[in-house]
Amino acid sequence: MEQPNLNYVHKLADGNTEFLNQFISIIKSEFPDENQTYINAIMAKDNKASAEIVHKLKHKFNILGLEKAYGLAVTYEEQLLKGTYDLHDEFKLILERITTYLKTI
Amino acid sequence: MNCIIVDDEATARLIVAQLCSNVKELEVIDAFGSAMEAIKFLNQNTVDVIFLDIHMPGFSGFDFVQTLKNPPKIVLTTSDTNFAIEAYEYEAIVDYLVKPVTQDRFNKSIQKVKAALAKSPEPETVSNNTTNSNSSLGEELYINIDRRLIKINFNDIQLIEAKGDYIEVKTTKENYRVRNTLKKIKDKLPEKLFLQIHRSYIINFTKIVDIEDNSVLIEKNVVPISRSNRPELMRRLNLL
Repeated sequence: MEQPNLNYVHKLADGNTEFLNQFISIIKSEFPDENQTYINAIMAKDNKASAEIVHKLKHKFNILGLEKAYGLAVTYEEQLLKGTYDLHDEFKLILERITTYLKTI
Repeated sequence: MNCIIVDDEATARLIVAQLCSNVKELEVIDAFGSAMEAIKFLNQNTVDVIFLDIHMPGFSGFDFVQTLKNPPKIVLTTSDTNFAIEAYEYEAIVDYLVKPVTQDRFNKSIQKVKAALAKSPEPETVSNNTTNSNSSLGEELYINIDRRLIKINFNDIQLIEAKGDYIEVKTTKENYRVRNTLKKIKDKLPEKLFLQIHRSYIINFTKIVDIEDNSVLIEKNVVPISRSNRPELMRRLNLL
């Protein structure tokens, strides 16, 4: 199972710790909000709002090196727009994994 | 070369800013979390390049591009690859970056921007409100009512509404019903004073009282704004 990492961000930072710290600070505050927005949209059975937030979250999967998760999110976003929630459980697990990871950095 | 960044995600704005910081000749003037904020900024400032996210709530990157009369060079940033074809329909769009963007790919994009800038004249960004410069045009239009040619000053026209085979010209003094099409009268009207905001309505820009989400108030007439015409209306506004 792929694990979140900061490889892309480290490469981009190229030793710039100010950027690195800023990035970590922002993702730590932005991700929980987006996670909650997703949960709220799912609970409200709002498939368009769910697709919208999945779209946002998938970008973070990419940044955190989660390529397979990104692929799943692409499919899930398309399915949500058609009103299908089948990938919710898998998607939720990815969000939980990221939440755990963000506590370690 | 200066630029702005438009993206609703803070992490994405930070990453693009970091990519920009590694290009010596590129200066980030500002970054915006919404297209509307960027439009307000562009009403007062000119830039060489905009790094623009396509997928933003409410107002997409393409809507944004359409609001700019003479847009600067635009580099799209997106998580999707399926907008690429549409992107190249816009002359201002120089490149299309798929997130996450590497420094090498970003540098190539900057080369494309430089080449495009070298070919084109200075950008004007958003056009100014045309109201003041046109409010005293003093030009007129003659309409045929019962074999009489009636002179109507452009400045007196509030709006024109299509009603089947007829159009209704509403002026500050009187309303005139004429057998004609909206398209024909549109061709006779000065573009700087009039704007079609719906398939059935042309409005006099100087007569706007206020604008809500999807309607304009012209004197006491509430006129709908169609989604496709809204970007042009927003572009014409002198937003504070």
